[in-house]
Amino acid sequence: MKARAIHLVVNGEQASGEVMPRMLLSDFIRDDLALTGTHVGCEQGACGACTVLLNGRAVRSCLTFAVQADGASITTIEGIAGPDGELHPVQQALRDRHGLQCGFCTPGVVVTACALLRDDPQPTTQAIREGLSGNLCRCTGYQSIIEAIEQAAAVGASTSADGTVA
Amino acid sequence: MKPSPFDYHAPTQLSEAIGLLSELGDEAKLLSGGQSLVPLMNMRLARPEHVVDLNRVTGLSDLSVDQDRVRVGAMVRHRQLERSAELVAANPLVAAAASLIAHFQIRERGTIGGSLAHADPSAELPLVACLLDADIEAQGPSGVRRLTGSEFFTSVFTTQLDESEVLTGVAFRHLDPAEGWAFEEVARRHGDFAIVATAATTLFGEDGRYAAAGLAIAGVGAVPQRLDAISLVGELPSDRLWRSVAAEASSRISPQGDIHATAEDRHDLARTLIIRSLSRATQRAKGGDPR
Repeated sequence: MKARAIHLVVNGEQASGEVMPRMLLSDFIRDDLALTGTHVGCEQGACGACTVLLNGRAVRSCLTFAVQADGASITTIEGIAGPDGELHPVQQALRDRHGLQCGFCTPGVVVTACALLRDDPQPTTQAIREGLSGNLCRCTGYQSIIEAIEQAAAVGASTSADGTVA
Repeated sequence: MKPSPFDYHAPTQLSEAIGLLSELGDEAKLLSGGQSLVPLMNMRLARPEHVVDLNRVTGLSDLSVDQDRVRVGAMVRHRQLERSAELVAANPLVAAAASLIAHFQIRERGTIGGSLAHADPSAELPLVACLLDADIEAQGPSGVRRLTGSEFFTSVFTTQLDESEVLTGVAFRHLDPAEGWAFEEVARRHGDFAIVATAATTLFGEDGRYAAAGLAIAGVGAVPQRLDAISLVGELPSDRLWRSVAAEASSRISPQGDIHATAEDRHDLARTLIIRSLSRATQRAKGGDPR
């Protein structure tokens, strides 16, 4: 049970580490890379707070081992805003519509919404609700998040296929 | 919680994976999408000494539609099934069932091979594999074995697979363009495990009577169950017919109560979902609800 070297791209930059096989990707991101925007809620795939893009696909980082991400490209919440800190349209819309209160679920919601809008740039309200069903929010009652994603869709927010933000 | 320590193997060839399983025996666990196994490991309900990851094995991720069959590699993700226009055209039932599994972030990782091998009694794809009697392919040290979907599941979380076999793929028949289908389930919340699920197919003759029909149910026993003996063939569709089929089916199942639903609730859900499935499959066969 020895540590393994992994090399990956995180938010467009090379990253590497020595990880034990049992280390979850979420823990690697938070503890080793110090990117604490990715939140860990349930560690059983239910809450969605740890959602990241793995090779462009929105996945639970708590249900993936860090060793599995060797060679992969990952986008976390830290990689969503522009380089100068300019908010992504999804983030701006959440702010405009009061789509967050405590903010714990927000990183997962933002990453999820980016993936959703890439796959379906003009989602119906029903599609947004379904897409958000895997992200638990205990503050907002979801309505303001749904409105925010509708707003983001209206301004044409989407991400490119490799997960980088357009 | 965090998983207990394990050794990690990432073979790139199927033969390597099979070799590792033969060598490591029941200390090893195959990791596919990980959407069931990793939670079990995080909660320490599973503590494998060795994890053999299939994610880098080549040749398991193809989805192809040929003349009469849909072939799905074991590592094809649920999200691929859900979004494949080719699959939706050839067998919309499989795609619809996949779209009901958990949430889309789970479906981005979860695989059909993993779902079938995991054999959760209320899971969607095992139910469809059972109903359509899918052709399941497994490979072990002594070669390839073909198993049928209606016999593959032997008990809760248990299949006909041997410890050293890898499920490599599954093939489904096409649905006839005139065939109606339905997949119905009840879960507490969207994306939760189904409490009870049903799937149905129907085909009509020129006389407007059922020429063929299939019905299967999950969540009311250890494995998904085909209700073959219940025949619609030769009958005209009617609400009354569906109700009598549902009543008969209900008398043949013996669900257990658990924390999610009592046995009585499962009986009630089974009846309701059977009626709903037959009605929907009939509507679709009659062109009332296009694919």
